[in-house]
Amino acid sequence: MRKVLVGVAFTLGLPAILVTVWWISTIVSPSFFVPEPAELIGEFFTLWFGPRFWADVVPSVGRFAAGVAVAIVAGMLLGIVIGLNRTLRALTEPLFEFFRALPAPVLVPPLLLIIGPNDAMKIVVIAIGAVWPVLLNTVEGVRAADPVQNDTSRSYGISGFNRVRYQVLPSAAPQILAGVRQSLPIGLILMVISEMFAPTGGLGAAIIRFQRTFAIPEMWSGILLLGILGFLVAVIFRFVERRILRWYYGLKDIENAG
Amino acid sequence: MSIAAPDEATVTRTVAIAKARARRRFSPRKALLGIAGIVLFLAIWELASRTGLVDARYLPPPTVVIPHLFQVATFPDFWVAVGDTLLAWGVGLLIALVLASVLGVVIGLSPFLRRATNSTVEFLRPIPSVALIPLAVLLFGIRFEATLLLVVYAAFWQIFIQVLYGVADVDQVAMSTGRSYGFSRWQLVTGIVFPTTLPYLMTGVRLASAIALILAVTAQLVIGTPGLGNEIAFAQNAGNYNTMYALMIATGLLGVLINLGARALERRLLSWHTSVRGEVPA
Repeated sequence: MRKVLVGVAFTLGLPAILVTVWWISTIVSPSFFVPEPAELIGEFFTLWFGPRFWADVVPSVGRFAAGVAVAIVAGMLLGIVIGLNRTLRALTEPLFEFFRALPAPVLVPPLLLIIGPNDAMKIVVIAIGAVWPVLLNTVEGVRAADPVQNDTSRSYGISGFNRVRYQVLPSAAPQILAGVRQSLPIGLILMVISEMFAPTGGLGAAIIRFQRTFAIPEMWSGILLLGILGFLVAVIFRFVERRILRWYYGLKDIENAG
Repeated sequence: MSIAAPDEATVTRTVAIAKARARRRFSPRKALLGIAGIVLFLAIWELASRTGLVDARYLPPPTVVIPHLFQVATFPDFWVAVGDTLLAWGVGLLIALVLASVLGVVIGLSPFLRRATNSTVEFLRPIPSVALIPLAVLLFGIRFEATLLLVVYAAFWQIFIQVLYGVADVDQVAMSTGRSYGFSRWQLVTGIVFPTTLPYLMTGVRLASAIALILAVTAQLVIGTPGLGNEIAFAQNAGNYNTMYALMIATGLLGVLINLGARALERRLLSWHTSVRGEVPA
């Protein structure tokens, strides 16, 4: 019981102190730019859990999910093909180096021109930006497959799809998931930016509108919502990763214990 | 088995050294294939544009865009924009580096502070840095500081988390030894914590230098602070699509240069470390 209480105190202690300091400072010296915590929380619930939830939040999250899903599937498929083939790897290496280094947000203006200001453009932007960490990590993971395992597969006549499914994918999984973890925040950033650019709806568009009309508490509540979204995405990912890599963490625990 | 064991170890080490050499050696076949890959990509782009697969007004072919890039590179405005972008990148990265390594070491060395800050860090870290764009605009308008705020915020977490991992990796026996020899706190940090943390720190700096460029360009693109991003937005609004693509290529090349520079720096600073030496520790 005491242990639980101490744990709770450690978890909530610093946030509580920070919110108190914020609260007191808004009472002592009210600022136009900084809302009171109570005002912000109230605004947060009335604003985002009303009609805006279906109009802005759900479409944004949907586009994020669609873009990231495309990025993960495409990144893994391409990554496996390229990782297994030395010539393809040499062929694509400098090209990928360039695209990975290109800041993804600069893709928004040209894609806006080519595809138009619609949902497809936003999903494409998210997918193109988020694909690189998955793709490059898959290539690395596939390449790093244990040579003894490769030889064993070969001598047992395991090849093609079966080899990928039962040998290559499991051994590359930790690295692939590390790539997915990097790609999620990029996807979220691109979701917001694509909406700020083509303000046809969504969280990014709403927040920019609040800022331009000086609706300060509303703007802060939007920032808070994006923060919570980022946090939720990270939590969900950690849960999924733990499930997929249960064997891997088990193995590591045994190694660490030994 | 007892006779075979040292042989095996020697073989493994020889293989590892050979691999490390092969990694460094220049391979003409690989370079040629790499160039072929780029040419192939440009050819597809050219075809897509010329055959009208994509509207050529919106996607000019590379034979138009690349010569245009060389023309753009003769304008002083272009170099001013590159300078602005690099300034925001460099200053932001430096501030983040100092803040993150000091805070990382202080918090990492204290179990109490680590536990107390954990929940706050875990909440603040995933906040997408672009969420701060409206705040940056309100606080600073379309000035340099607005870009800086975003760059520092994004780069800080990359380095901070790595430093925390690094400090957690410090050998406790070495720390106790240091303490029993009467090392001062400063000596412990510089003599034991810093060398252990440096590889982690460098990983953080490498990741942060890429993220810092993304945020610098993004801020310029969305907020309109001076720099390459702003020039791209300007070219798009003005309908100068050739210039827009030329500037995009320039931004990508800048990113490649920054990545190569960060990797070279890492190799230099960590030339003593096994991960760079590429030998098996045995």
